[in-house]
Amino acid sequence: MSYQVPKFRHPELPRNELGYTRADYEGSVSTLCAGCGHDSISGSIVRACHELSLEPHKIAKLSGIGCSSKSPTYFLGKSHGFNSVHGRMPSVVTGAAMANRDLLYLGVSGDGDTASIGMGQFTHAIRRNLNMVYIVMNNGCYGLTKGQDSATADEGSASKKGDPNPFGAIDLPGLALQLGATFVARSFSGDKEQLVPLIKAAMTHRGFALIDVVSPCVTFNNNTASTKSYEFVREHAAATGTVDFVPMREEITTSYPPGQSQEVTMHDGSVLHLHKVSEELDPFDRSSALLALERYRSSGQILTGLIYMDKDSRDLHEVLETSRRPLNTLVEEDLCPGDKVLQNINASLR
Amino acid sequence: MEPTDVKNPEYFHKVVDCQYACPAHTPVPEYIRLIAARRYTDAYMINWESNVFPGVLGRTCDRPCEPACRRGRLEQEPVAICRLKRVAADNKGEVRDRMPAIPEQKNGKRIACIGAGPASLTVARDLMPLGYSIDIYDNQFAGGGMMRSQIPSFRLPIQVLDEEVNFVLDMGVTTFFDTEVSSMRSIVDKGYDAIFVGTGAPRGKGLELPGLEEAGDAVHVGIDWLSSVAFEHIDSIGKKVLVLGGGNTAMDCCRTSRRLGGEDVRVVVRSPFADMKASPWEKEDAMHEGIPIYDNHTPKEFVVEDGVLKGMLFEKVEAKYDDNGKRSLVPTGEDLVFMEADDVLMAIGQENAFPWIERDLGIDFDKWDMPVVDEASFQSTNPKIFFGGDAAFGPENVITAVAHGHQAAVSIDLFCRGESVQKRPPPFTNLVSQKMGIHEWSYDNAVENDQRYIVPLAPLEQALSDRKVEVELGFDLEVGFKEAERCLNCDVQTVFQESRCIECDACVDICPTDCISFTANGEESELRTRLSAPAGNLTQDLYVSEPLPTTRVMVKDENVCLHCGLCAERCPTTAWDMQKFLYNTSKAGQAA
Repeated sequence: MSYQVPKFRHPELPRNELGYTRADYEGSVSTLCAGCGHDSISGSIVRACHELSLEPHKIAKLSGIGCSSKSPTYFLGKSHGFNSVHGRMPSVVTGAAMANRDLLYLGVSGDGDTASIGMGQFTHAIRRNLNMVYIVMNNGCYGLTKGQDSATADEGSASKKGDPNPFGAIDLPGLALQLGATFVARSFSGDKEQLVPLIKAAMTHRGFALIDVVSPCVTFNNNTASTKSYEFVREHAAATGTVDFVPMREEITTSYPPGQSQEVTMHDGSVLHLHKVSEELDPFDRSSALLALERYRSSGQILTGLIYMDKDSRDLHEVLETSRRPLNTLVEEDLCPGDKVLQNINASLR
Repeated sequence: MEPTDVKNPEYFHKVVDCQYACPAHTPVPEYIRLIAARRYTDAYMINWESNVFPGVLGRTCDRPCEPACRRGRLEQEPVAICRLKRVAADNKGEVRDRMPAIPEQKNGKRIACIGAGPASLTVARDLMPLGYSIDIYDNQFAGGGMMRSQIPSFRLPIQVLDEEVNFVLDMGVTTFFDTEVSSMRSIVDKGYDAIFVGTGAPRGKGLELPGLEEAGDAVHVGIDWLSSVAFEHIDSIGKKVLVLGGGNTAMDCCRTSRRLGGEDVRVVVRSPFADMKASPWEKEDAMHEGIPIYDNHTPKEFVVEDGVLKGMLFEKVEAKYDDNGKRSLVPTGEDLVFMEADDVLMAIGQENAFPWIERDLGIDFDKWDMPVVDEASFQSTNPKIFFGGDAAFGPENVITAVAHGHQAAVSIDLFCRGESVQKRPPPFTNLVSQKMGIHEWSYDNAVENDQRYIVPLAPLEQALSDRKVEVELGFDLEVGFKEAERCLNCDVQTVFQESRCIECDACVDICPTDCISFTANGEESELRTRLSAPAGNLTQDLYVSEPLPTTRVMVKDENVCLHCGLCAERCPTTAWDMQKFLYNTSKAGQAA
């Protein structure tokens, strides 16, 4: 009987700059269905955090309700966590991020949690360019309640026991672009080679970073009539290009032929290589990204990879000029600087 | 890489590291599970079928299985396989009714076994149930060979040996004990259908050093001295004893000396401590009994005064290794070291010798004057005559002798039936799914974290006072169970069926030891560099699937797989399954 993962790990697991192995970023054993795409995304998050040498106690993972939102239990077991009310994860992140800008905020949500009940919260987090990574584990169905179509299910797609969906899908990357998101990507749970660098780039981006990850529901939505099955996504995915992320501290060893590659230096000095980017897309131009998304959608393909990035993104802290220090480090002298300061302020208003 | 052919029984056999390393290929995990189930008699019989002397080997085996144990690659210590075997032997119930029936009607073929050691007894064990008539000749008064003459009683109580020797002899073997075979021709002339030579490596090497002659009776050849002790011709030794040599015989000599009156007993060995041939645990046991080991000392001279041995002179050396790892012992140039001694035991190696085999019997001898023996069939150039155990290829150990015996029995049976001895019957194999439910397997797949348990010892004073007091007490049932639970069940194989795989990565994500990768195929050396975790252990195979729909392949590095079954539990399509692989080497009488 096994409900636990054995303690033993590969004895030669690579250690990152902090001396941690991948195992130090794992969580409890998953209770999701065997083969769930969400578990692969969890695996990719573990890999990304390990490779970025992030300190686990400097990460906060937050989620709402749903299969997706259970998954933070299954990674980053030594990080902060908050499982919020259905669809309300963005407002909790907003509060947390305003109070402490030193943590990396990783929001995990699903298609129901984001595109239905949480839509209002989602849009405003984007609009405010909250400094967070927002991962949507998108399986096009409500797996926790037996697989009803969700708002991201494609028109005509049918789940295992369902009829073809009569409604059009809400396209989250397209919506995010229109709302002014500063980092928009789409990926597939079954393609870690693409997903891991995207997560790393999103974590390094300053501002709101959306990754919409198509994540097949093996139990209810992995049948032949579904457009969110492993097979369908593999056959219909088209990548915007290859993404390679080199953290700031690492030497850049890969070289790409000139003309085929674009280099982006992130605000912390890390470098994002975009290789073999499709000629139809300029990932630094919002309207080009919107056009490309629509073009691929109408031809029945799923555009994956980095879709758009604003290199000059200004996040909510910059816009609001918030305290550079976490609120919990502010002492009385900071908050009540005394009569002299007050007099100065008053004088400036006279 | 080519897809792995798991239909080849050797692939999964190799994954069962302990069984693969065992010369007799005993199905180790199978009997360890039975010990955990407290089915000691069943566990004993699996051993007995395979290695004939579970009680003896559970105490004295060289344990090639343990360094091979996968657990040793994951943590410090392997499973105490050898001592678990003893748990089965010590706690077994009645076993005679489970042993093969011996036909009343013999098949008319007569076989002679020369020497009554483990190799010959194994030949007899395998051939008696097939109706052969077997005569065993030995110069000792009872069977067992070196297990009787050279393994001290404090490691192997005589009752344990007698019981297992008698299981074989009581099958109706005709014994000629106290019979020195001094002429092979005399045996050949008796008209046997086949002859098996299992005479071991009975000649201890000596050291031709100055003073040897003058030292006289104070210098002994180790194995001869041990057998004199075993047969009670010798019951004492001087207070100061030097034992020369670094193998297991040296350890037996020094520990026996401590029990016969030796107070200052030292082992002196030419090589560095780490290079000594003795098993690590035997060295520990000797040191535990207050016996220091002086390494890097080369013996130079026996010092004799007035016809009495006073001690020995040694030259200090250090080991230098050249680029090929070849060692040479270079003198340090320091003064010679003198060590006092009343007696010296030389345990520096032994060899086989065949002065009793006439050279005109059709048995070819090589340039080292050793018989030419086929490595698979154990047949000599005289097709009727077979060799096995130390007599075949030089000194090894009991379990190797047993393995030789099994194969020689196969050959003798083939030969007596007029078939080619080169056409070996295949091993018996079986592969069965262990799935019982979503999280349920018919084996205990949970991995225990316990460290290796230590075998309790008799109090030192008591042990040293009587050479017949067994030092190791063996695991009790509770500890035996816990130690058995450490076994990873490496014989329960991860079997992959590519046609079912949807490449969801669930197995990759769950595998605690990152064994599984889905990646583009490539040459093995290059493929090993881009798997989920380092795959630098080249002795461990990669399990490669046929190409999957994405053109990638599944690659599993067998190295540190825990056989925990999580890949199969997390697989939504049962592309992975846990299947128990049973492998039994071919036995005499088995159809080809």
